Amino acid sequence: MKSALPIATVVLALFVVWYVAAALMNASLQRDQFANAGRADYSTQDLVGASLNMERPKLPAPHQVASELYKLVLVAPPTSKRSLVYHGAITLEETLIGFAIGSALGIGLAVLIVSMRWLDRSMMPWIVASQTVPIIALAPMIVVILNQFDITGVAPKAAIAAYLSFFPVTVGMVKGFRSPDPLQLDLMRTYSATNAQTFIKLRAPASTPFFFASMKIGAAAALVGAVVAEVTKSEDGGLGARLLAGSYYGQTVQIWAALFAAAALSAALVGAIGFAGRIAERRMAFTP
Amino acid sequence: MTLQRLRDLLPPLAFGLAVLAIWEAGVRLLHVPAIILPPPSAIAVRLATSVPTLAADFRQTIQGVLAGYALGSLAGFVVAILIDRSQFLQRGLMPIGNLVSALPIVGVAPIMVMWFGFDWQSKAAVVVVMTFFPMLVNTIAGLAGAGAMERDLMKTYGADYWQTLLALRLPVAMPFIFNALKINTTLAMIGAIVAEFFGTPTVGMGFRISTEVGHLSIDMVWATIVVAAVTGSLFYALVAGVERRVTFWHASYRAKEA
Repeated sequence: MKSALPIATVVLALFVVWYVAAALMNASLQRDQFANAGRADYSTQDLVGASLNMERPKLPAPHQVASELYKLVLVAPPTSKRSLVYHGAITLEETLIGFAIGSALGIGLAVLIVSMRWLDRSMMPWIVASQTVPIIALAPMIVVILNQFDITGVAPKAAIAAYLSFFPVTVGMVKGFRSPDPLQLDLMRTYSATNAQTFIKLRAPASTPFFFASMKIGAAAALVGAVVAEVTKSEDGGLGARLLAGSYYGQTVQIWAALFAAAALSAALVGAIGFAGRIAERRMAFTP
Repeated sequence: MTLQRLRDLLPPLAFGLAVLAIWEAGVRLLHVPAIILPPPSAIAVRLATSVPTLAADFRQTIQGVLAGYALGSLAGFVVAILIDRSQFLQRGLMPIGNLVSALPIVGVAPIMVMWFGFDWQSKAAVVVVMTFFPMLVNTIAGLAGAGAMERDLMKTYGADYWQTLLALRLPVAMPFIFNALKINTTLAMIGAIVAEFFGTPTVGMGFRISTEVGHLSIDMVWATIVVAAVTGSLFYALVAGVERRVTFWHASYRAKEA
């Protein structure tokens, strides 16, 4: 709790910076608008006030984004195509399906890699290397390829979300399954435990902190994958489609609202996983 | 030493070649149409015949990547040093920095394209935003890494703040800083390529991917992806190589020498 005041101060400072930046960035645009309207007698106060409430500002002021969010989240009916709840639900669905598939595959592969030496030696370098490659570049192609098979709608985006969350989960879980001490592994051997028993009774419980850490990274990556996939195939809606539509029509307020919705979604997902992780670690009596 | 390295390299190389062979054979035997999955040989041919286009795309994209990477990492580092003396600001910025790292920052791409135009500057801006926070968080964590004993020793030497920073705390922070630099290589590539999906002056790797996908020339898409993958890996390897030079004293490298 001792961090509450510093965090509040920093957030407040960010808002101040944002307002000042919005006024400065929009001022010249607003000056042109005044000139076009034939107004020359405006005061600085008028100028600042007007540039914080423009319809298509370069940088919308915080209260504009907030009111847009309010309109699109709380006022608009969730079935309307303008509602961010509607688009957020699409993005969330893709993210969750993709994340579930991606992390299940990732954990499965980690189990195989840890149990089979030849897989570890031959495949692990590639999986580690894949972390340095901008794999998101594949996203547009996957959408089109799946389109050839008449796979449309949620599936192609979930596929991209899945494969973006897959690699970090694999890497994290391999580390987690390897985290037990050699001493503990030796102890299991003196008990003449089978490989499966060692896995269930030692490796899996020991990997819990790594499990939740990689779930967090995987969930955030899955959301990025879903949003980018929506940009490349924007007919079906979703927060990424709102970003693209906003950038086509210069609707900056809409872009920022979609961006904040995506950020809130990501923060909620990661927060929920972190919460579950804290409960699990307390139940399992991990020392903090 | 070299024999050992060769033995370590053999299994992954064999695996990679096996994947390519199965891919090639599978595509040919099952008659998979080239617009779904071209065989590796076709991609290689395409790669060889489109060198000028690919080189132009590479030049365009790498400008944004490098400029953004340098600016973003430098800004994160400088801000971390500036707030180093203020516990208050650190406690406020650390949780926010950690939170921001989990957000889909690539979403700022359309905004940056609007602000800075279609050329590489807007891509650099996206990369700056993406690379800033990992560097900030890691540098702050690294600067806190020096132990009480070492700090006390510096104090007994009568070292002032800057001397302690330069002689003790920055070297201790180096592994953290390089960790951020390595994470940022990937983020920079991702940021620049995704930003190009939102608009470019008809050149660049992200632009090439999104337009060639539209024309269904998937072999060109794969060729661009190969270039992006090789660039990303080399960029990472370069930073990792510098890290080995700078932090040769760190336990993770000493262990391998022995």
